[in-house]
Amino acid sequence: MAYQRVAIVGAGITKFVRRAQETGKELAFQAAKMALDSCGLTMKDIECVSLGTAPDAFDGVHMKGEYLSDGSGGWRKPYMRHFVGGGTGVFAPIHGWFHVASGMFDTCLVVCSEKMSSCHPHPQGAFKTIFDHTTEQPLNPTLIWIFALEMNRYMQTYGITKEEIALVSVKNKKNAMDHPSAQLPMEITVEDVLNSEVLAWPVNRLDISPASDGAAAIVLASEHVAKRITDKPVWIDGVGWNLDTAYWATRDLAYPRYVEKAARMAYEMAGIKEPQKEIEIAEPYDPFDYKELHHMEGLLLADRGKAVEMLLDGKTQRDGDRPMCPSGGALGVGNPIAATGLMKVIEIFLQLRGEAGKRQVPGNPRCGLAQAWGDLMQVGTVVVLRR
Amino acid sequence: MELEKFELGATHYKESDLKEGKLLSLPWTPNLKYAWDNGVAIGRYLAELKEGRIIARKCNKCRRIMLPPRMFCELCWRPTDEWVYVQDTGRVNTFSICYVNWDASRIKKGEKPHLPAVIEIDGASPGMGILHLLGEVEPEEIKIGMKVRAVWKKPEEREGAITDILYFKPVRR
Repeated sequence: MAYQRVAIVGAGITKFVRRAQETGKELAFQAAKMALDSCGLTMKDIECVSLGTAPDAFDGVHMKGEYLSDGSGGWRKPYMRHFVGGGTGVFAPIHGWFHVASGMFDTCLVVCSEKMSSCHPHPQGAFKTIFDHTTEQPLNPTLIWIFALEMNRYMQTYGITKEEIALVSVKNKKNAMDHPSAQLPMEITVEDVLNSEVLAWPVNRLDISPASDGAAAIVLASEHVAKRITDKPVWIDGVGWNLDTAYWATRDLAYPRYVEKAARMAYEMAGIKEPQKEIEIAEPYDPFDYKELHHMEGLLLADRGKAVEMLLDGKTQRDGDRPMCPSGGALGVGNPIAATGLMKVIEIFLQLRGEAGKRQVPGNPRCGLAQAWGDLMQVGTVVVLRR
Repeated sequence: MELEKFELGATHYKESDLKEGKLLSLPWTPNLKYAWDNGVAIGRYLAELKEGRIIARKCNKCRRIMLPPRMFCELCWRPTDEWVYVQDTGRVNTFSICYVNWDASRIKKGEKPHLPAVIEIDGASPGMGILHLLGEVEPEEIKIGMKVRAVWKKPEEREGAITDILYFKPVRR
């Protein structure tokens, strides 16, 4: 397949906060402006704009793509919104990649903005309508059910304990202490997680990422343009995405096969044969702590049921052999849905450039991965990045 | 670039800032009403629930007996072929003990937790689960793999809805 090689050349991010005074448009502008400033470009250099944002129901603003377009720099430009639920933030670089890889454009500004705080009393209520309206909603489901049901099945299938899973939350919230955007950086213990409020057993409050407001942005460029902008381009060498059935209760809840299919698509494109050896650093999606382990297995970064061993051995710590979520992840940095995935992409971008500051992992990694997940826990989105 | 060298956007405020009027906001409570059509497959499913029966749909290519029923097989991507009655018993595939309501409010003191479960229905293909609730069981007694049976509303109270099954209760020996 013939396409232009695409690089990330700049990045911007706001702080992630529970409630932002800024509107979604203003957050989008802040992140987009920082992304352009970071690589010395102006809006004149941008040929098209790709926007990612999650359900309109959070904001109560229908056609949120259009609403956010001005702040995102979409005025009088080819502009397009994409949305695959929680997977949106890592679909963002894929969506931008299409625009540049196709040869239609040489630069693309990719913006993800999310404002969940507008929804009262809690944005969780907006998730009710993701369940089937006739066969599930009359049972009054809350979003946490599907996570609790999946986590319980995962624990039972492989004999994994809540104590072990809590270590993911401890690790990621601690990693977030070094992230300047972080909403929930903290040093906690496994006992703190186990003693936090039980929301939907086996899920406790500290097993979950928070609701957040925030935005993130990256600048993409084709190979010949990227080399003029920066001497440290980070290449998008593989992209993959995949969707499982919406009849979620008929799936194998212990294993995310759709994530595996997305990963295999990205690995094939990037020429990766042995992901456990070749992917040196990763940001798997961690809206709940067990999801980091669940996703490591779907991404083939751990054998089935064995991700927990890497965690217990310390391999997934920032100074370990295979750092996972060195940013602090959704659990620590926060979870403004679409912006979270792009935050993860930005973290790998910075890590590969050696610019992650106090979060920098040792060993000068050359190849990393970011992944997000969402819709009715059915979509996997994956990018493989190299320097 | 390092994030630390930039002034990052987003200014946090507290929930109380709104209540105390330190920040202004415009509230809106939408009053939208929808009527969701049941469709062909779920229409029959609900009509059978009203009669106290669970009906599934079979694909003669992959031979799966599917719940909830659908007029097309998403695996074979072809029309399904037959209606098949299944049992009103099954096994717990997974469950949760839930102390929050749909809008993230907490259940009241003394109220029993919600007990959602994925239940694999007997007579449907293995792994064919539906979301429903458990009842007449203490939370600590629930186990994955437990055999359960539907507890139905009285016939005159049924309305052709998934809630015509009140919950599933353990089959005790």
